[in-house]
Amino acid sequence: MFTRIPVSALLGLALTTLFLLVAALAPWIAPYGLAEIVGGVWEPASAKFLLGTDNLGRDLLSRMIHGARTTIFIALMATLLSFSLGSVLGFLAAVIGGWFDQLMSRLVDLLMSIPTLIFALVVLSVLPANLLTLILVMGILDSTRVYRLARAVAVDINVMEFVEAARLRGEGRVWIVFCEILPNALSPLIAELGLRFIFQVLFLSALSFLGLGIQPPDADWGGMVKENKDGIIFGIPAALIPAAAIAVLAISVNLVADWVLNRTTDLKGGRGGD
Amino acid sequence: MFYIARLVLKRLLIGLLLLLAVSALIFAGTEILPGDVAQSILGQSATPEALANLRRDMGLDEPAIVRYFNWLGGIVRGDLGQALTNGADIADSIGKRLFNTLFLASVAAVVAVPFAIFLGLLAVRYRNRWPDKLISGSTLACISLPEFFIGYLLIYFVAVKLGWFPSVATVFDSMSFTERLSAIALPAATLTLVVLAHMMRMTRAAILNVMQSAYIETAELKGLSSLRIIAAHALPNAIAPIANVVMLNLAYLIVGVVVVEVIFVYPGMGQYLVDHVAKRDVPVVQACGLIFASFYIGLNILADIISIVSNPRIRHPR
Repeated sequence: MFTRIPVSALLGLALTTLFLLVAALAPWIAPYGLAEIVGGVWEPASAKFLLGTDNLGRDLLSRMIHGARTTIFIALMATLLSFSLGSVLGFLAAVIGGWFDQLMSRLVDLLMSIPTLIFALVVLSVLPANLLTLILVMGILDSTRVYRLARAVAVDINVMEFVEAARLRGEGRVWIVFCEILPNALSPLIAELGLRFIFQVLFLSALSFLGLGIQPPDADWGGMVKENKDGIIFGIPAALIPAAAIAVLAISVNLVADWVLNRTTDLKGGRGGD
Repeated sequence: MFYIARLVLKRLLIGLLLLLAVSALIFAGTEILPGDVAQSILGQSATPEALANLRRDMGLDEPAIVRYFNWLGGIVRGDLGQALTNGADIADSIGKRLFNTLFLASVAAVVAVPFAIFLGLLAVRYRNRWPDKLISGSTLACISLPEFFIGYLLIYFVAVKLGWFPSVATVFDSMSFTERLSAIALPAATLTLVVLAHMMRMTRAAILNVMQSAYIETAELKGLSSLRIIAAHALPNAIAPIANVVMLNLAYLIVGVVVVEVIFVYPGMGQYLVDHVAKRDVPVVQACGLIFASFYIGLNILADIISIVSNPRIRHPR
């Protein structure tokens, strides 16, 4: 399976692994604490502070490392939530059909007719600003896209013989969803997983950049861009570093997702050609 | 002709119903929590009597459904209510900002749309050769970039290091059109880059889809030049999908504009919305949210109508 991985995918895989490792090991590899003020404001990069210091004199590298943890953790949680919610509801809609399918699908259509960021802003104007709210809002709003994909895939699988056979055996709906449809719908869903994760990273960064995501002194990368943005007009590039990190993370996951997507469609093409 | 008119009318009607449902959803979205506007004005330490008085004055003691229809009735008459934070009339504050936002978005659209279609055609013309690979590769990267990365890169290099354009997009009434254009050059460039990649990728896919149909193969076998095939045979059939792509991306501009306005401190709707979300000023957020959503839905309806009108199979029904 790993014989012919294209260079781009390999690069993406390596960088993604690096980011995940940094996120997992953050407290052990960060040279300074998260909110520890260790130097002057916006000091340039030096041997002591590899990336310089931020707007309050905190070590930028340490905050980047802690920020990786926050960003990736929240984006992962939101992705997991949107996936479990979206795919289970999508499968159920396909299996049950009728009024349930109609109700869910129209509700999803309605939610998707408002731009995600705008609706998130509307809801966040009344909800308390904490981690749980953030993950719930991000996860639920994005589950609409997973729902559509999961339902479309499951509708196709639902009419296949083995599902019919399971139904005639007298299996319940839960069995059909988890033991018949889920294993067969997994490969298109996994390709989508990477794309949803990128979307969540970008979404979280945008919210934090607007000051509505992670609240200080905690910081994710979007929040760090916000903190350091005033330095830009004085020619201090501190805000560009977290912004670049978001971009690199998104690009590397995209490269991996692209490769997985190509592989799964290749597989399907191969089977069709037999 | 009558058949098309009926289809368009039907689409408009559905759009109107959708808008109504969306307004209900936005209203409901701000009603999730038990606390209300009166509580947030007076704070946690307010006495129950003071709360009850304020609620009666603001009509908050009515059930949610009555308040929703009062709100909706106000909007239909052009009355968006008052901001909680300063008591200013929301419709007045929004007027000029809406113009600014539309101006920024239209400048970005005027640049991005022809450019994206041109690049899309170019990528199809040189499919699987280096121009296609270069364009596709760079758009893949562009899609992954957050708006603020592009924005601050432009500020850092173009505004601060080179000094070509101002880093903050300040606009005021007495500015001439060209001054205005120069002021919004960087935010418009950011927005253009943000939508360009999506639009170009989708244009490429839409044209490729057409290029794989049988009549294109026939044209190729007749020995026509590839330029003629694209211009005379593929393009007329690709208009509907391309129009769809353009409209979808213009709708995407609406979201991008929120972040871009904050980056460049541009006095538009997005900045206004974000400020008031932080201040928890619910009436302003509801009004702005509804306006953004209406533009989004409006553009989507327009995309559908264009694809109905430009589809020869619907234009000449049998």
